[in-house]
Amino acid sequence: MSIKISEKPYKERIGQGIENDFMRQAVSSAQGRFRTGRLTQAEELGNWEDWRQLGSEIRSHTLENIDYYLYQLSEQVEKRGGNVFFAQTAEEANEYIENVVKKKNAKKVVKTKSMVTEEIGLNETLEKIGAEVVESDLGEWILQLDEDPPSHIVTPALHKNRQQIRDTFQEKKGYNKSDTPEELAAFAREQLRQDFLTADVGITGCNFAIAESGSVTLVTNEGNAEMVTSLPDTQISVMGMERLVPTWEDMEVLVSLLTRSAVGQKLTSYITTLTGTRLEEEVDGPDDYHLVIVDNGRSKILGTEFQSALHCIRCAACINVCPVYRHVGGHAYNSIYPGPIGAVLTPLLDGYEDHKELPYASSLCAACTEACPVKIPLHEQLIRHREIIVEEEKKSPVSEKIMMKGFAQWASNPAAYKLSTKVARTALKPWTKDEYIENGPGPLKGWTDVRDFPAPGKQSFRTWWNNRQKGGEA
Amino acid sequence: MKVSLFITCVSDIVFADVGKNTVELLERLGCEVDFPAAQTCCGQPAYNSGYLEEAKKAMKQMMKAFKDSEYVVGPSGSCVGMLREYPEIFKGDPEWEEAAIDLANKTYEVTQFIVDVLGVTDVGSTFKGRVTYHPSCHMTRILGVKDAPTKLLKNIEGVDFVELPVKEDCCGFGGTFAVKNPEISQEMVKEKSRHVSETEAEYLVGGDMGCLMNIGGRMRREGKNVKVMHITEILNTHGKEQGGEIA
Repeated sequence: MSIKISEKPYKERIGQGIENDFMRQAVSSAQGRFRTGRLTQAEELGNWEDWRQLGSEIRSHTLENIDYYLYQLSEQVEKRGGNVFFAQTAEEANEYIENVVKKKNAKKVVKTKSMVTEEIGLNETLEKIGAEVVESDLGEWILQLDEDPPSHIVTPALHKNRQQIRDTFQEKKGYNKSDTPEELAAFAREQLRQDFLTADVGITGCNFAIAESGSVTLVTNEGNAEMVTSLPDTQISVMGMERLVPTWEDMEVLVSLLTRSAVGQKLTSYITTLTGTRLEEEVDGPDDYHLVIVDNGRSKILGTEFQSALHCIRCAACINVCPVYRHVGGHAYNSIYPGPIGAVLTPLLDGYEDHKELPYASSLCAACTEACPVKIPLHEQLIRHREIIVEEEKKSPVSEKIMMKGFAQWASNPAAYKLSTKVARTALKPWTKDEYIENGPGPLKGWTDVRDFPAPGKQSFRTWWNNRQKGGEA
Repeated sequence: MKVSLFITCVSDIVFADVGKNTVELLERLGCEVDFPAAQTCCGQPAYNSGYLEEAKKAMKQMMKAFKDSEYVVGPSGSCVGMLREYPEIFKGDPEWEEAAIDLANKTYEVTQFIVDVLGVTDVGSTFKGRVTYHPSCHMTRILGVKDAPTKLLKNIEGVDFVELPVKEDCCGFGGTFAVKNPEISQEMVKEKSRHVSETEAEYLVGGDMGCLMNIGGRMRREGKNVKVMHITEILNTHGKEQGGEIA
């Protein structure tokens, strides 16, 4: 997989999402739970706005000094026996990891949930060289069995129900029990336990790398990260180059924001940290440790108006409040990063050509901006994207360009504007019935397909005002 | 207090009553209202669509129109929110930056002006009926006006106020969004209409005609008997008959 998940055109994807009643119901109820949970936890913590401010300052300080902290991180990892590889592209990252796996002659690789490995298409790369790759996050495991892409960055299988999951287990793994969550989870545990015990290499993602100690933090609820990181003696962590913090103290602040914002939890069941290899005086840790730091387009965002998009801690709070996401679902975005943050990040990482509709898939209601725990001005960045699409990429429709030129002339010329206030009613008369338009022309069509449009009043405001000033009837 | 009315293009052309009610309400509260005739549109349709240069032409016209005003007051959280963003848009522009700051500093949404500037929370109106309120996204999240409208509403004698479920959710209007993404916009407005029905309110009140014509237009199509009112209309029922447009 890469960032893009299908070749279907935008309107087809949107249509499929809207028609998928089950998915919409699942998303809607999950959003409700996540939203309530987040607000309750934020209130309980107190001073939420101060926490957001602090989180945002930590992220922006880190990005302003990213060269320094990446250097410090790599020095610390190496000091603790690990290897560090800076990958400029997805290909470089995959090649490096492939070589580690080959060198170990590894047959089986177990993974924790990791968006960046989805982004670079790591699983396919390793499968090509004959390694068996097993996702151990329950949601990711289900999707892997079903060959389905994630639709959410925290709860990737949000779009599936338990009947569908039971069917997948039956078909792919010979499962023969019920669709109760307990039995399904017990089966997954049993299956995955075998994989943990027989894996040769463990691959983890990274929620936050800590520069001062060279550690990688993993935030999970299922305990699978514990198994992945403690059983295989070769470990590889893969991180987006921006996913680091200077200190443990900073990590604590961001984890506090992350777990509350993501799922409304004070803390997840497990916070795992990995620091290099087992040193001589230590009893625990892998024999071989690799940290792969992936750029893949991120450094191009640094120093631009989109830099704060790299603040993102992948909590999905913006996705969980987004009404557009609620109605179309994650797959409609055609990106492993859906929702508002996906609409901002995807064109930056994968170009406008395949994703030029995404910045418009928002009513600019700003619920995302309000929810973001690290203060990314998401809705404003969507407008910046639109400006680039119009002015630099020249990808906006001709009809729209003409309309906007007309708008500028109309709105900068009071006489023309005034005239329009007088003639609007007459102009729309052919479509007007009982003061409403039920079947509008041109751009009004999409509107009147499902709702009525009010006809301009008999008298414009300024006509009323002028009469009143002249002492006429008010 | 001298106040210039910023009518907004939608109300100028389509909803003249919103302007009339705003003028009468402000006058009743002791303001001297004028109407700078050179005003047009705040520029938001172009700005939000990515047409910055086109938007700026409209914005410059607005700065010229309100150059001499003491206060500028408009019946829309969204359009006022746009004016408040001018300083950011004209930052570093030697010719317009100062005018942009000046306009942003003196512009208020009408309920915000009544509560924060005039210091009034009870406008002395009476209105009988079950009323719910849709807090528009731009009013609350861009402009940051969260409490003023409901404070004023709840103080109207006779109003039976009922909270709208998930009120902070967008109604799906979004200006050009409703035109560019009608499929998604439709689903959003259907959901909002359902929420309004759940309240069993007779009246839906809001502070932005864009959102109200969207929700109202949907409810009319569904044959629902809920009356849609701009907040200035219900606040201006003082000594008048109860109005309200059937949606």
